[in-house]
Amino acid sequence: MTPLPDAVVGAIAGVALLLTVVGLVTYVTLLERKFAARMQSRVGPYRVGWHGILQPIADAVKLMMKEDIVPREADRRIFNLAPVVFLVPCLLIFATIPFAPGLGVADLNIGILFFLAVSSMEIVGLFMAGWSSNNKYALISAMRAVNQIISYDLPFLLAALIPVLLTGSLRLSDIASAQSGLWFIAYPVLGQLGFLAFVIASVAAENRVPFDILEAESELVAGFRVEYSGMKFALIQLGEYAHVLGTSFLGALLFLGAWAGPGPEWLGPVWFLAKALFMFLVITWIRWSFVRIRVDQILQISWKLLLPLTMLLVMATAIAVVWRGAPGV
Amino acid sequence: MAADSTSTVVKELDYTGAERLSMNMGPQHPSAHGVFRAILTLEGETVVGVDAVIGYLHRCHEKLAENLAYVQYPSIASKTDYVAAMASELAYVMAAERLANFEVPKRAQYLRVLVGELQRVASHCLWLGTWCMDMGGALGGGATIFLYCIRERELVLDLFESLTGARLLYGFHQVGGVRYDVPEGWASECRTTVDLIEQRILEYEEMLEGNAFFMMRTQGVGVISRELALDVGISGPLLRASGVDCDLRRLAPYSSYEDFEFRVPVETAGDCYARYKVRMVEFRESIRIVRQILDGLPEGPISSRPGVKSLAQVRVPKGETYARVEGPRGEVGCYLQADGGPKPYRMKWRGASFSNLAILPHIIPGHGVADVVAIMGSVDPVFGEVDR
Repeated sequence: MTPLPDAVVGAIAGVALLLTVVGLVTYVTLLERKFAARMQSRVGPYRVGWHGILQPIADAVKLMMKEDIVPREADRRIFNLAPVVFLVPCLLIFATIPFAPGLGVADLNIGILFFLAVSSMEIVGLFMAGWSSNNKYALISAMRAVNQIISYDLPFLLAALIPVLLTGSLRLSDIASAQSGLWFIAYPVLGQLGFLAFVIASVAAENRVPFDILEAESELVAGFRVEYSGMKFALIQLGEYAHVLGTSFLGALLFLGAWAGPGPEWLGPVWFLAKALFMFLVITWIRWSFVRIRVDQILQISWKLLLPLTMLLVMATAIAVVWRGAPGV
Repeated sequence: MAADSTSTVVKELDYTGAERLSMNMGPQHPSAHGVFRAILTLEGETVVGVDAVIGYLHRCHEKLAENLAYVQYPSIASKTDYVAAMASELAYVMAAERLANFEVPKRAQYLRVLVGELQRVASHCLWLGTWCMDMGGALGGGATIFLYCIRERELVLDLFESLTGARLLYGFHQVGGVRYDVPEGWASECRTTVDLIEQRILEYEEMLEGNAFFMMRTQGVGVISRELALDVGISGPLLRASGVDCDLRRLAPYSSYEDFEFRVPVETAGDCYARYKVRMVEFRESIRIVRQILDGLPEGPISSRPGVKSLAQVRVPKGETYARVEGPRGEVGCYLQADGGPKPYRMKWRGASFSNLAILPHIIPGHGVADVVAIMGSVDPVFGEVDR
């Protein structure tokens, strides 16, 4: 049998990854709901299937059957396009993540740059949704979104640069294999501070409580997606969780050693998934224990605290690498 | 599109950034606390004007009172402020008793204080939960606190249920006394409940005050100065958080409040955090009063009047009076005018939430949209009482 052309292999891998990610994202919502329920001394979803195991499927079916409403005064074309524009970058970020040595769709030599660039593109879809809804809540939310993305993408990027400097490569698989000995979070001082900054910036970049000023349901009802219903709402929701999960994978890759772990080599992806879910649960834990902060306070934290801190960290890391004469832990 | 219909079209060249946007918050809004409509005028995110629209929940309570006998209305009075039903019932029966010169037995007076203080605990539980939910979101940390608080409120409601058979609207008071005596074993159950709640309040304080974001959202937000507080005529925890030592339980004791030892918390900052602090102390002081009553509940009848046999059973001589009690939200007053018959001639409520709500247009302008909900929540309005 002749080997399949590269394009076909790539396509098959892409579709497989897409389905896996969508399935994973659906079940991550159940994980979050169960986790939040435990925090709040409740039971959580319980009725659909064993311990609510079929709940995400029931939710998806429900959303598909809902009426699709487009407000009369909305900009119809942009309104319909926005969920897709929002979803695509959120799913695209998974393309460069290597789930095990050699197991990934595209191991680009600028992998991390691709990830950061694509993940900040979601703002386009978000702003389109907010603007075209012709709703004041949605408009304010869209404005807040732009504000927040501008202020938090910089610290996010700088925090992600620390492992890059320590590795000396932008390729994600190189960063992962550089941690086979010691994870970057174990790097004295720089690793821990970098990880902390990364977590804070990623919570903000994902628009989760306490930085969820875009959604802010107690002020702006549901923010930019207030007018969306049915499947379009589901797409936005899917995109949001995919983004959270993608960032969790990135965090696990950059700081927690990706697939490194005890046991045989085939356990690598399992370790990676476990670490990513740990990152996800940390973010969930933050989400369900804090109150939301105000727009101006968010900007203050970003520009006055997080940005200088991450800049200093990047500089310190660079100095450390130069001083030691070689990258690596 | 989003611009106010009255404002002119934005001209990009001489745009000053001061264009105004009017935004409707409510009557159907996640943090409208019922049915409150605030028409906000915004410049960017800053609120420059608030128009409050109320009346969506008007049920003609005062007219109803003219058509219901003195034996009937107490169980309707509880529907004005449905979060703290015991307070408004008490105000009504106190007004009728004062006019008719009915004596209230000591045991009934103590029982009235007992349920009043338990009601304060239950009401403050709901306030803390909803307020945190306003700030933290139903999909965030606010919901966590909300569910904790509701869990404790349920315990108090369980007590009320075994006492009166109802969980929300009780009909516990009657002219001349109270309707129900405490059942067997209730006192020890009550003791365990308040012990548990006192412990849980500590947990909330740790969770909230140790949270930098909570402090950022509440300190210095929505400051009510002492002068403004007195001018507008707010009452209750709001007034005490602005440095005015005013508590009717202390200033004009009713129903034997002078028999109990308790502290009236006063804060001077006047911001959301001060109001939070005042209410957190009130939780404990209420529990303290409850314990004192359980320790020394006098024996005797629970009412100076017989049980209800007919509608015309209670007749009040001609005259008028004003009775007031310190409800969880402030002064709940009942003005009653009687003409000698079995029904009042006129009745007027002084709702604490109604007067407190008048402070909003004074303190909201200058804050952001996010602070509007924080301030609203700290005022703790109940719209059943505002609209009546």
